[in-house]
Amino acid sequence: MMKRSTFLLLKTLTWLACLWPLGRLVWGAVTNNLGPDPTARITFATGSTTLNLLTITLAITPVRRLSPRLNWLIKFRRLLGLFAFFYASLHLLTYIALYAGFDVNSMAADIAKRRFITAGVAAWLLLLPLAATSTNWAIRKLGGKRWNRLHKLVYLAAVCAVIHYWWQVKPGVLTPLTITVILAILLLARPAWVLWSNWARSRKVARSAV
Amino acid sequence: MLIGKPSDIPSSAITPKDRYLNRRRFLRGAAAAGAVALGAERVAELFEPRMGASAGTKLDTVKSPLTTTGEQLTSLEDLTHYNNFYEFGVNKGDPAKNAGGLPTRPWTVKVDGKVKAPKTFDIDALLKLHPLEDRVYRHRCVEAWSMVVPWVGYSLSEFINQCEPLSSAKYVQFLSYYDKHVEKWTYESSIAWPYSEGLRMDEAMHPLALLTFGLYGEVLPNQNGAPVRVVVPWKYGFKSAKSIVAVRFLDKEPTTTWNDLAPNEYGFYSNVNPNVDHPRWSQKTERRIGQPFYAQRKTTLLFNGYADQVASLYNGMNLKKYF
Repeated sequence: MMKRSTFLLLKTLTWLACLWPLGRLVWGAVTNNLGPDPTARITFATGSTTLNLLTITLAITPVRRLSPRLNWLIKFRRLLGLFAFFYASLHLLTYIALYAGFDVNSMAADIAKRRFITAGVAAWLLLLPLAATSTNWAIRKLGGKRWNRLHKLVYLAAVCAVIHYWWQVKPGVLTPLTITVILAILLLARPAWVLWSNWARSRKVARSAV
Repeated sequence: MLIGKPSDIPSSAITPKDRYLNRRRFLRGAAAAGAVALGAERVAELFEPRMGASAGTKLDTVKSPLTTTGEQLTSLEDLTHYNNFYEFGVNKGDPAKNAGGLPTRPWTVKVDGKVKAPKTFDIDALLKLHPLEDRVYRHRCVEAWSMVVPWVGYSLSEFINQCEPLSSAKYVQFLSYYDKHVEKWTYESSIAWPYSEGLRMDEAMHPLALLTFGLYGEVLPNQNGAPVRVVVPWKYGFKSAKSIVAVRFLDKEPTTTWNDLAPNEYGFYSNVNPNVDHPRWSQKTERRIGQPFYAQRKTTLLFNGYADQVASLYNGMNLKKYF
């Protein structure tokens, strides 16, 4: 078990790291230093931070399974997940304010017509109930099993987010590839783990039967 | 003065602009000691002048009635650090970092296809073919951002007349420089290089279509398509091919890069048109580069605001079908 002071230090560092991308944007906006296309900078920074945080959140379970000594990582998952939702919301707000200009009709048209926006909005809507049920109270109220089942939606949200990215870039542009491969590995690690532990268990059963 | 022996280049033409601007600022505040140091720098430069016409070299230009007025120019810094030039990387800042190796001298443009006889033009001959004009144009990218650019060049028609196309030439194709040893970033996208673009003959002959050699009165920086490119201000930016090495006159529509890659997204014509959405975003508005985030949005104009001059090229054409 980790010392309390180490834990607090790590928690503080995680907060700082998660706030860093936002801090840079705010600093850039205040000093009028967001580059030639500030709107695009804000959109890309909030979007890619969401994907990065979602990826780190999804890495926690597979990494913990590597060794029981890594169990403490679970204490960071909620924080990272909530920050992912926070950046997803900023990303959505950027679209609403700087692209749609708060025009409800143009947003409705975009969601209906443009599949990359449909996928992005779907990803945010899938994250919303997860953020809403992130409190201890909600976990108790739902019960661990139901809570767990609900939070499986994060896989779908991650898939929607990556599709959103691919559909947004020009055909032929391969920038989303890296994050796609990493997320695919993290998602496939889960069924792989189930298969492997089933196989290990059946071997054990077979051996004890002999 | 473009090309010359070291001795006949005035030092004002060989000192990069940012350096002499800095120098003025420095002079204003500094005392005689500073001035002495400066003098030494100037003398040192006389012994090691820039050879040839590289970016930053002043061009002799004349005024043009075809220039766009009433727009705030995008800064040189933004024009040279926000580029789509995928041969040098897919991010906007990549070409400024990576295009340094583009060999802009010697440079020739090969002309063939439906012409009286194939020809090759040297870049220095092209620069002298017609007086260079200052032409400010709005520049609208299909990605919904826009700039205002003070280009230097002359009407493409002046060049085309020298190519002596046959009457069977209905289209003109522009091919960009391609060498994967120089342009080491082409793998970042799945484009079939070299970059190819094209225009209908009457579009290419329109006086607004510009054969372009410079920016802000100076030779084009590499990332902006040095040493010669076309600029077609009423079309989305990707129609304006950079770093052109070959021009082909054809009797049918050429294969063009983005149209070939995604015909539902990028039409052959690709005239700026707020009424025809890109499948993935609206083209009704644009983001002006270099403005703060809350002031970037602008209304996009039909033919990028050049409708009075060019709309007649498309009389009777359904612009939604031929987008």
